[in-house]
Formats: sequence, structure tokens, C-alpha cells
Amino acid sequence: MSLPMVQLSALKDTTLLNMGIFAAFVAVTLVIVIRASRNNKTAADYYAAGRSFTGSQNGTAIAGDYLSAASFLGITGAIALNGYDGFLYSIGFLVAWLVALLLVAELLRNTGKFTMADVLSFRLRQRPVRIAAALSTLAVCFFYLLAQMAGAGSLISLLLGISDWGGQALVIVVVGVLMIVYVLIGGMKGTTWVQIIKAVLLIAGAAVMTLWVLASYGFNLSALLGGAVDAAQNPAVLNPGLQYGKSPTTKLDFVSLALALVLGTAALPHVLMRFYTVPTAKEARKSVVWAIWLIGAFYLITLVLGYGAAAMVGADLIKQAPGGVNSAAPLLAFHLGGPLLLGFISAVAFATILAVVAGLTITAAASFAHDIYANVIAKGKSDPAQEVKVARRTVVVIGVLAIIGGVFANGQNVAFLVALAFAVAASANLPTIIYSLFWKRFTTQGALWSMYGGLAAAVVLIAFSPVVSGTKTSMIQNADFAWFPLSNPGIISIPLAFFLGWLGTVLDRRTEDPAKQAEMEVRSLTGVGAEKAVDH
Amino acid sequence: MGHETHPEDGAAAVDFEEVQATPEFQELRRRHRSFVFPLAVFFLLWYFAYVLLADYAHEFMSTKLWGNINVGLVFGLLQFVTTFGITAWYVRYSNRTLDPIATGIREGIERRELDRPATAGEETAR
Repeated sequence: MSLPMVQLSALKDTTLLNMGIFAAFVAVTLVIVIRASRNNKTAADYYAAGRSFTGSQNGTAIAGDYLSAASFLGITGAIALNGYDGFLYSIGFLVAWLVALLLVAELLRNTGKFTMADVLSFRLRQRPVRIAAALSTLAVCFFYLLAQMAGAGSLISLLLGISDWGGQALVIVVVGVLMIVYVLIGGMKGTTWVQIIKAVLLIAGAAVMTLWVLASYGFNLSALLGGAVDAAQNPAVLNPGLQYGKSPTTKLDFVSLALALVLGTAALPHVLMRFYTVPTAKEARKSVVWAIWLIGAFYLITLVLGYGAAAMVGADLIKQAPGGVNSAAPLLAFHLGGPLLLGFISAVAFATILAVVAGLTITAAASFAHDIYANVIAKGKSDPAQEVKVARRTVVVIGVLAIIGGVFANGQNVAFLVALAFAVAASANLPTIIYSLFWKRFTTQGALWSMYGGLAAAVVLIAFSPVVSGTKTSMIQNADFAWFPLSNPGIISIPLAFFLGWLGTVLDRRTEDPAKQAEMEVRSLTGVGAEKAVDH
Repeated sequence: MGHETHPEDGAAAVDFEEVQATPEFQELRRRHRSFVFPLAVFFLLWYFAYVLLADYAHEFMSTKLWGNINVGLVFGLLQFVTTFGITAWYVRYSNRTLDPIATGIREGIERRELDRPATAGEETAR
């Protein structure tokens, strides 16, 4: 620790090793994806992996999809630099899964086919609701995807020692092309396997580091925390408030963020789509249970890793390193296990980006092909083969857009996009999901008001917030059109969307077909007529 | 898994309003809602109580309990405990209480479907 520059330069010497481990990951997963794609014949194969995964496999894939680079590198770094507040942030990501478990997963699996819009439009008027649900799906996927691709650039500067813009752009292109290949060939089955392998590697690597850190402190959590306090020379790292407690605005901002995290997760389209890859609602339940255990264990691990990085690497070195806060976990890996462990963790971080963008891309492509193309443009008259063809073309278009967006967003401060994706999911999707499943009177007008109102409120409030303009850390620094004081719109947009869903319904003079409501309710709770696994 | 099913087959001919009105289904719905709604309200209140304490009651949350372990850390870890606990409880309740009723209703509907004479134009895939 006394020779930070030695460590930083050693970091660059491991570039070749990092690339080698990453290339091995790509080679292994490509073989698996190509093998998995042999049975990709029908739309159910392409979008929902033939509904053939078990609950434990799907739960592992959900963890692989959900534990993005932002959670692994971001939360470890946030704990290393801001202590307790980083931990506080991670808890919302876990508790949110109870919404999925208790209220959404099984009922959705029983009523839908491929996409979120299948469920939302089930007993309402098909066309308008499907279009609204598809638009909000595409918006969430786009924000999340852009954040991941832009994050890939800064991650690369750290992990591969590539610091020039052209080199980073090249790596973003490589990530994008690989992602297109995986999704194009492998469909949902290939994507799922990439996510499973990545989740196992990530959790195994992080668990080894955690044991290592704990062993260094005699398996005494209190001693580890003491080490972090000594290294930071600030006992406040153990207390809440360092990051979110600066002013009344930042405090309120955190409440707003917490609301979006806890209500957004169960309405993320790429998470919802994963529930269609299992054969029954019972397996969907098992998936969430597995996901909760794995994700919970992982966030406990990041607590140890974060304080471990604070104690053993030190906040100053982390801040100086390229990649800043994101470098805490890789630097800790280097401190513990030298170049080999760093190479492994770096490759896992890459795999993480690849797995998450693949999941987002297939969700967006399915929504476009199944909701907009097949049900709205072709009015349900296209055959499934044509629909899958459209989905594959959409994958290429989205991949290219993601690459272009990623290259241009690289170096911009777009970290807020992940929080925005959660806020849009919680505002535009969750109220309509809950009302559709549990409120008999709910109508099409209520759904449209809630979805468009929630989407517009979240996006407009973010556009006029300090994350976009007016401060030193904004995306646009030399203009100031921010009038909304918070960086997270959830505290306004989520209650507003629930209110609009209620208001639109009670003011609606039309009523919906009670037979469809009865069908949806009976099917959701009993699984009658639910989509079965494809038999190969 | 042995047979390929199209969603409309079988399900389309069922009178779902009739099924919805049966006492068995009403019982299933009541047992489902009376379990998940209170639990959802509880965990959301408990989560936001924790968030508000961590956000606005810094002194209390910073109180040391033993060694370097403070109230905030214990409350945070308790969120994990309750999340895992609610998960296990719900799975147990579903397996023991909800699944048997749901399976009974589903099998009843599917049996009625099989007994019904096949009408013209209907696929008889099985």
C-alpha cells in the first residue's frame, strides 16, 4: 500500500493475461451457445428457450442477469469509499425480489407467453395496451443497455489498460458484436447459458475473495470493520450518511431511489421474460427462490469485499486508479491473489457486461417482433417463423444501436441511466401489472394513463434534474435547465402512475369483458391452459 | 411435458366465469390474497422503516452494540434475514396450501375437457 504506483503499473502488465482469460470464456460459451442453438426451431424456442430450463437453472440465470457490473464493481466500490451507504443501496436490490416472488412471477408465468405485454394486454384492448407495454419495454431496455455499453468503456480503461478513446471504442465494438452473435445464434437458450456460466464464475470468484479477506481478519467481522476504520482514519465509514446524508435533498433523493429499486425490479421486462423459460409456475417460483438466495448471498459478500477493499487497498489508491470507484474489487483481487486473480475477476466483469446486454437485447427484440410486428403491424396474421426472422433482424439493429450509443456515451456520466431504468419500470409497468392481476374493475384507459403517464413523468423529471444539467457532474455541464431538485424521479412518478391507473379506470365509461377477467384470474392462480414446455 | 399444447386448445371452451364462481376457486383466491397481501405490506413497511432510519436517524443507527458492530449493520443484516425468512415461509405455504387446491381445480377443468365430445375443427393433438 505504500507503493501505489507499483500496483497501478503492475495492473497494466496483466492486460495480456486478462485478455487470455476473457478469450477462453468467450470460446467456451460460444461452443455451448452453438450446441444449445441446435433445437432453436419455433418462436417458443427462440424467445423462451423451449420453456425447458429448471427452476434452479433459471434462478442462476436470473442472478447472472441481475448482478450487473454496476452491482458487482459499483456496490463494492461504493462500500469501499462511502462505507455503510453502499450497503444500504444493495439491500433495496434484494428486498425487491419479494415483490416478484409474492405478487408477480407465478401469476405472470401462468398467463403470458413471451413478453410482458402478453400479460398486460390479456384482458384489456389488445392493440393500445400492447403498444404501450412494448414502448415501455423498449425504453427500459434502451436505458439499461446504454448504461451497460457506456460502462464497458470505462471498465476497459481499468482492466485492459486501454486508455485512448479509439482503443476503448474498438473494445465496445467487440463486446457488441459478440453479444449480437450470442443472441442471433443462441436465442434465449444461448443467452441463458451465458448468464448461468457467468453467475457461477462471478459468485465463485467473489466467494473465494471473501473467504480470503475474512481469513486475514481471523473470521472476525468486527476486526475487518476496524481495519476499514483505521485505513480510512474515519469511524464514520461504519455509519449511514456519508453518501446520501449530505443535505435534505440527498436524503430525500435516497428515499426516491429506494422506492424505485424495491418496486422496479419485479417490473423489469428482461427479468419478467426469464420466467417464461421454465415449464410451470412452480418452477417459476423455484427460480425466484434460487435468485433470492444467490443474490442475497452475493450482496452479503460485497459487504465483506467493500470493507475489505477499504481496509486492505485503501480509499486513496482506489480513487487514483483508472476507473475510480469501480476499481475497488479488481484492486482487491490483485492485492489478494496477484495477476491471476485480477485476470479472473476482470474476465468475469467482462462476461458480466456480455451476459447482461445479451439478456436486454433478446428482451427488446422479442418485444418488438412479438408485440409490435406480429400483433400490431401484421395484426396477428404472421406465422411464428416470420416473427422469429423479424426478431433476429431486430437483434442486429439493436446491437448496432447499442454499439453506436456505447461509443458516444463512453466517458459521459450516464450512470443515472440504470436508476432511470428502474424508475421507468416501477412507474410505467408495475402499477398496470398489479392492477391487471388484482383489480377486477381495471380498464384499458386506466392502463394507458398509468403507463404513458408513468413513463413520461420519469423521463421528463430526469431530463430536468441535476443529473442531466446544471452541476459539475451532470451529463451536460455547460447548460442549466434543471428545475427538478432530485436525481431520482420515483418518489413522484410511481405514486402518480398508480393514481393515474385508478383515475383512468374510474373515469372510463367503457368496461372490460368480465369473461376475460375471469379467464385471467382463473388461469393465473391455477395454471389452466398455461404454455407448456416444447417437446423435442 | 410429453405433449405439445397450444394455449387456446382446451382452455378456450372452458366457462371461466363459472369456474371463478365455484367455492373451490373463491377459497383459493382468498387463501392466496390473505397470505401475500399482508406479507407484502409488512415487508414494504419494514424496508421503508429501515431506509428512513438509515436516512434520517444517523445517531441511532450509529450506536455501537459490540466491537465495531452498530445498530445500522444489525438492522441491515436483519433485512436479509426477513427476506430469506419470508421466501421460505411463502414456499412452504404455497406447497402445502395453495398448490393442492390449484391442482384440484386445474385437473377438474382438464378432465371435463377430455370428457367433452370433440367438435368439428378442433385439433385433437393428444
